[in-house]
Amino acid sequence: MAAATERACGTSPLLPHAWRVAEAWRETGDVVTLALEPAAGDGACDWQPGQFNMLYAFGVGEVPISVSGGTSRRLLHTIREVGPVTRALGALAPGSIVGLRGPFGTAWPLREARGRDLVIAAGGIGLAPLRALIDTVCRERDAFGQVAVLYGTRSPADQLYGPDLDRWRRAGLQVEMTVDHADVDWRGPVGVVTSLVRRVRSDGQRTTAFLCGPEIMMRFMARELEQAGVADSHVWVSLERNMQCATGHCGHCQLGPVFVCADGPVFAWQHVRRLLTVRAL
Amino acid sequence: MKSLEELIGEHPLLAGFAPAHLALVAGCGSNTHYGPGEFLCRAGQPAQHFFLIRRGTVALELEIPGRGPFRFSTVTAGDVVGWSWLIPPYEWQFDARVLEDVSAIRFDGACLRGKCDADPALGYALMKAFAGVLVKRFMETRLQLIDVYGRRD
Repeated sequence: MAAATERACGTSPLLPHAWRVAEAWRETGDVVTLALEPAAGDGACDWQPGQFNMLYAFGVGEVPISVSGGTSRRLLHTIREVGPVTRALGALAPGSIVGLRGPFGTAWPLREARGRDLVIAAGGIGLAPLRALIDTVCRERDAFGQVAVLYGTRSPADQLYGPDLDRWRRAGLQVEMTVDHADVDWRGPVGVVTSLVRRVRSDGQRTTAFLCGPEIMMRFMARELEQAGVADSHVWVSLERNMQCATGHCGHCQLGPVFVCADGPVFAWQHVRRLLTVRAL
Repeated sequence: MKSLEELIGEHPLLAGFAPAHLALVAGCGSNTHYGPGEFLCRAGQPAQHFFLIRRGTVALELEIPGRGPFRFSTVTAGDVVGWSWLIPPYEWQFDARVLEDVSAIRFDGACLRGKCDADPALGYALMKAFAGVLVKRFMETRLQLIDVYGRRD
């Protein structure tokens, strides 16, 4: 996994630092992207694709949100409104201040995948933690073989990043999208995201896969990829748990012997696949 | 130009079949083409065929009274449409509507059932192949039912 970054977003990993909402836009009915810039002029944050920040909605609470793109001085976070904190963050207008700690966790090990074919598979909001990774692949397109982006979502209305999907196609990536449910006006594929694996043109034995989405989707996707010849040592997943301190101290995100916030969220599938089958872990 | 036997041997459903079995299966098949809006089958009609899709896209739909057609899946090159030919009462359970020009190999179900009855090894090979398709569709349907992207509150 990738090494930790050099510049944190604030002075202490436990102290929220003030960042300002520069822009906010709605991706879908319940998903918002915030573009954050440091409230103080000299602030910056070196992050890598796959890492997350703790965003604090003042007076409401704090949640872990992956960095979905941007630069060290303009961070993009795509947030699905599912609870009080994410709903408060989603309601912020430009100029609002949020508390931010991070970046935390491990990054997608893209360097180790150079020279190989890639399958990047996302389910639902799971596309957000992969977005910056895909952008990096586009910038370094010649460093990889066949690259397939497989994206599954609930319905056409839940599709994220429509312009990005087109941009990735223009950059030479095979982008396949499917929805679980659709009416007859939808012209694209209908079915679960695992059904897209048979469309992938890459060679399983020389493929590295990066997966992010609901845990059960990643389990089925990993199994499908294994049947296509991808070794489990070349499959990486991003896990989500109850992250609170984000520094591996409080134990809320413990998954057996690992802390998801500090040892993850990006894990080699071969190291966590058994843990995910243990009930109530 | 490839023979029908070669074409069906390249399809994922029948990959690995013995040449003698491929020849038997090919004897019940023919090349077909369908344009957008045409139907490979309609629910309630006798299921006399199944299809190996070679090119194009087909939507599988159920007509819901009062709501119109509900699309629950799309299939494309390398997929199979239809297993009702194999199981009584041999009646289609869904509509298969062509979305993009389809090239397919259409098989006569009664012809194949006859050959399977006469050659149990062929019947077993074909049953295993279709069981694989059924299990995959079954697992995919379970995932759709779970609604993994839905809200949990």
